[in-house]
Amino acid sequence: MTAIPFKTAPSLRSNRRWALIAAYACLGIFVVFFLFPPYYMLVTSLKTNAEIAELASNPWIVTDGVTFGHYEHLLTESSFPRFFLNTTIVTVIVVAITMVISVLAAYSLARLRFWGSGVLATGVFLTYLVPDTLLFIPLFKIVGWLGLLDTYWSLVLVYPTLTVPFCTWIMIGYFGSIPRELDEAALIDGANHLQMLLKVFIPVALPGLIAATIFAFTVAWANFLYPLAYIYSESEMVLTVGTVTTLIKGDVFHWGGLMAGALLAAAPPVILYAFLMDYYIAGLTSGATKG
Amino acid sequence: MRVLPPLLRRKPAVAVLMCVPLFALILGLVAYPFFHALFLATLNKAETAFVGLDNFTFLFGRQTFWMVVRQSLLFALVAVVFKALIGLAAAHAINTIPTKGQRKWRGMMLIPWVIPPALSTLGWWWLFEPTYSAINWGLTKFAMPAVPWLSDTFWARFSIILVNVWVGAPFFLIMYLAALKSIPGELYEAAEMDGAGPWQKFFYITLPMIRNIIAITTLFSIIVTLANFDIVRVLTQGGPLNTTHLFATYAFRVGIESGDIPLGASVSLFMFPMLAILAFIILRNVRRRAASLA
Repeated sequence: MTAIPFKTAPSLRSNRRWALIAAYACLGIFVVFFLFPPYYMLVTSLKTNAEIAELASNPWIVTDGVTFGHYEHLLTESSFPRFFLNTTIVTVIVVAITMVISVLAAYSLARLRFWGSGVLATGVFLTYLVPDTLLFIPLFKIVGWLGLLDTYWSLVLVYPTLTVPFCTWIMIGYFGSIPRELDEAALIDGANHLQMLLKVFIPVALPGLIAATIFAFTVAWANFLYPLAYIYSESEMVLTVGTVTTLIKGDVFHWGGLMAGALLAAAPPVILYAFLMDYYIAGLTSGATKG
Repeated sequence: MRVLPPLLRRKPAVAVLMCVPLFALILGLVAYPFFHALFLATLNKAETAFVGLDNFTFLFGRQTFWMVVRQSLLFALVAVVFKALIGLAAAHAINTIPTKGQRKWRGMMLIPWVIPPALSTLGWWWLFEPTYSAINWGLTKFAMPAVPWLSDTFWARFSIILVNVWVGAPFFLIMYLAALKSIPGELYEAAEMDGAGPWQKFFYITLPMIRNIIAITTLFSIIVTLANFDIVRVLTQGGPLNTTHLFATYAFRVGIESGDIPLGASVSLFMFPMLAILAFIILRNVRRRAASLA
């Protein structure tokens, strides 16, 4: 009888140690799998054209000296800065439109009941499930009718269909979790709806607001289908399409510039996540799992 | 049911007003385009005459179209299974190590999901480049044959799934990790006291506790994967010989590039029944979960 605790205690501990070793081994393999493509992009972007073209040396490391020439060329002699500016304009406007529409609607749907509000909330969720590839052709016609074809304003028009539903959905969740005692207190102090929204709901649900903003930013920054379908002039292009379609032309060994462009274009969302990842993950997981 | 404070009860007009922009957006840029797509699908290429279901019967008679259907389904199912497995394994591994280091590992693994897919796929395209492929360089170093990544049908399909798994697995990782964290630790402690090993704990505690999240995440991922565009467009543009086209890339080829908008709209609409069924199941799941939480 007394042997049992002595026998199980070490075996439990060794079980845990093995689990830990297996976990770290697993994580090591996964990190290599997830990080080798961006690593290789970085290495390529720092090589000289001669080294990229040459087949004998190890492609995974820079052997012939690091160069920032590809980045320099990109920033001074290509349309890349134009793409960056266009993307920034589109993204900032889309994020602003998205946040206004979804915060107003979420406040109303979370707190004020009206005829049809339940149906609308379900509609919001269903719209979130509509992918961009389902409606890009009829939207192409609509963009054409409005005279927005081949301008980045077409993106300002259509991106909110991708951002607003999810942002509204997570804001409903955050607003809904605010205790009603808080609004009652504000009402007794004589606050109106606007004051209540600005002074109570938005400050309390700030983490949700940040999560929604990051989501809208990411979608607007990363979309590829709409700009590819609606924009043809280099001066109107955004980063994703500009990098994929215009940087490929030119000399044969464009790979260094292409990789430099892809990395620079990906930098803003990556930096944003590095600082605000926790908010975003909290918003995402609550949005997908809360009713 | 609580009695609503007077201000909230009295002013449904304000509530409706606040939803007007949202309502206009859904109506004008989602619902209307959908019905317009149905209308477009019944027109001829010049959009001058009504042709009924001719676009659909034309597609049904084309071998390429059936190949697109098969490839889309194969792609979505295989990719989602691997994303789910890798996501679960990675989430489980992170949850096993001490809390202090978890954030760092999670952050590193989320990078593929944070880079816009069209751009990271460019990196993969370069990795698969026939002459300079750095992956093939590694394979030949270990005395393995070089692989024709994008020029052979099997390998092109393989590559597209590989890149999609790479982009999408971190999403599963996040969802699973959040679900794993919500399992009370006492359950595992009690199981350990009863002498349960790691596999028993996994199958009798972990899996049943996160079943719901697995279901919702998987269904959601099937929608996103079925509707994928960026990866195929950048990597193969549908080739070799149209064997890697998905609904979206084929619709783009037919509708935008070849200028047959009605036919392109028909191809896109083909996704709708599948998406509708998946959306219906997700909605039921989410509601049931909401009801069980309330």
